[in-house]
Amino acid sequence: MIFATTPSQTVGPYFAIGLPWEAGPHAVPPGTPGAIRIAGVVCDGAGQPVPDNLIETWQADPAGRFADLHGHGGPSALEGFRGFARSGFEVGDGSWGIVTVKPGAVPGPGGAAQAPHIAVSVFARGLLHRCVTRIYFADEEAANAADPVLASVPADRRATLLAQPTDDGYRFDIRLQGPGETVFFAV
Amino acid sequence: MSRSTTDTPTSYEREPEGAHPPLDHPGYKSTRLRHPRQPLIRLPQTVTEITGPQLGPARLLGPHDADLTRQHEGEPIGERIIVGGRVLDTEGKPLRDTLVEVWQANAAGRYRHRSDRWPAPLDPGFSGAGRCLTDDAGRFRFTTIKPGAYPWGNHHNAWRPAHIHFSLLGRAFAQRLVTQMYFPGDPLFAYDPIFNSVRDPAARERMICRFSIHDSRPDWAPAYGWDIVLRGPGATPFEAAL
Repeated sequence: MIFATTPSQTVGPYFAIGLPWEAGPHAVPPGTPGAIRIAGVVCDGAGQPVPDNLIETWQADPAGRFADLHGHGGPSALEGFRGFARSGFEVGDGSWGIVTVKPGAVPGPGGAAQAPHIAVSVFARGLLHRCVTRIYFADEEAANAADPVLASVPADRRATLLAQPTDDGYRFDIRLQGPGETVFFAV
Repeated sequence: MSRSTTDTPTSYEREPEGAHPPLDHPGYKSTRLRHPRQPLIRLPQTVTEITGPQLGPARLLGPHDADLTRQHEGEPIGERIIVGGRVLDTEGKPLRDTLVEVWQANAAGRYRHRSDRWPAPLDPGFSGAGRCLTDDAGRFRFTTIKPGAYPWGNHHNAWRPAHIHFSLLGRAFAQRLVTQMYFPGDPLFAYDPIFNSVRDPAARERMICRFSIHDSRPDWAPAYGWDIVLRGPGATPFEAAL
């Protein structure tokens, strides 16, 4: 290591000037077959909504391919697949939401498959550094049971990582503090 | 893997304690109900964490993305400045083609945001947002207006030192960074709980840009240089099978 990293600072209350954009919440283009909405509410330790939340997600496509610089796993067959979404509002009510497709399984530690999951960064006023969590899917019981990352989470907290099916996708709430606190990870 | 990933690490160094501010920092009141109380769980760096988005095409909108003084018909009020530098990793390797997003208050310390109630004037010539992609040497450059300091409600007589917000995507989810760039010699540093949330004084210095006579343009704008350092490759091999 030659240089030390630049420290993180809060995204602050005014990030909407620079970060959200119209297509930001869409990890896939409008009209993509199989598109789902994943949405929820971000709450603080008093159970109050966090209106100035900024959520970013990153994931593979249904075949386990990533739209990164090198096209990890090979090029996606989904036209316009970006795999990244950003949700944030100038004047929010605590909710967040993205439109995407359900990711496929990708390799995990030691070659074991990981259950379908989405990486999540949580930013907000009052967060001096992002909080990292993962979205898993409650209806992937067999895959979840074999997932090495979920296995590393105390059993009584795993449910905080499970998105629950809804009419148009899944619901995933994020609780920053207190009862039912979402599991956050050190990357 | 079929394609070259020679400039893309397969793991990232775990950051030392204190590299970033603690999430629980009582001096900054908004952390009180927002910091997680449970310990973080160590996440193995799998393919999900060592890859990241390429947002250039989605986010670069026009010729004045990186010149915040030319986004409106009229010119903004204030001190025109150039802010430039490089995005590097801890090995000193430049990160090319990575998106740099900035946002800031105007010269009077007012943000163009519906929630900003500070009664300083808005500037019809200034939105306060910019974007650019780093070049092959990891360089970025913005032309903007030096932002003003502004009061906030954290404590009695609280003022934020002038700063520009920076968002860096890096090459991987693991490298994502949002931070703030400060200006040298600001008398408000001593009183700002956000700046001082970084406990190591040397680390705080890494958030302060430097005046550069070399990059200043005669009869046009003084320049400030600031290099941003993101996490570098880890010593351990990739933790997941490829």
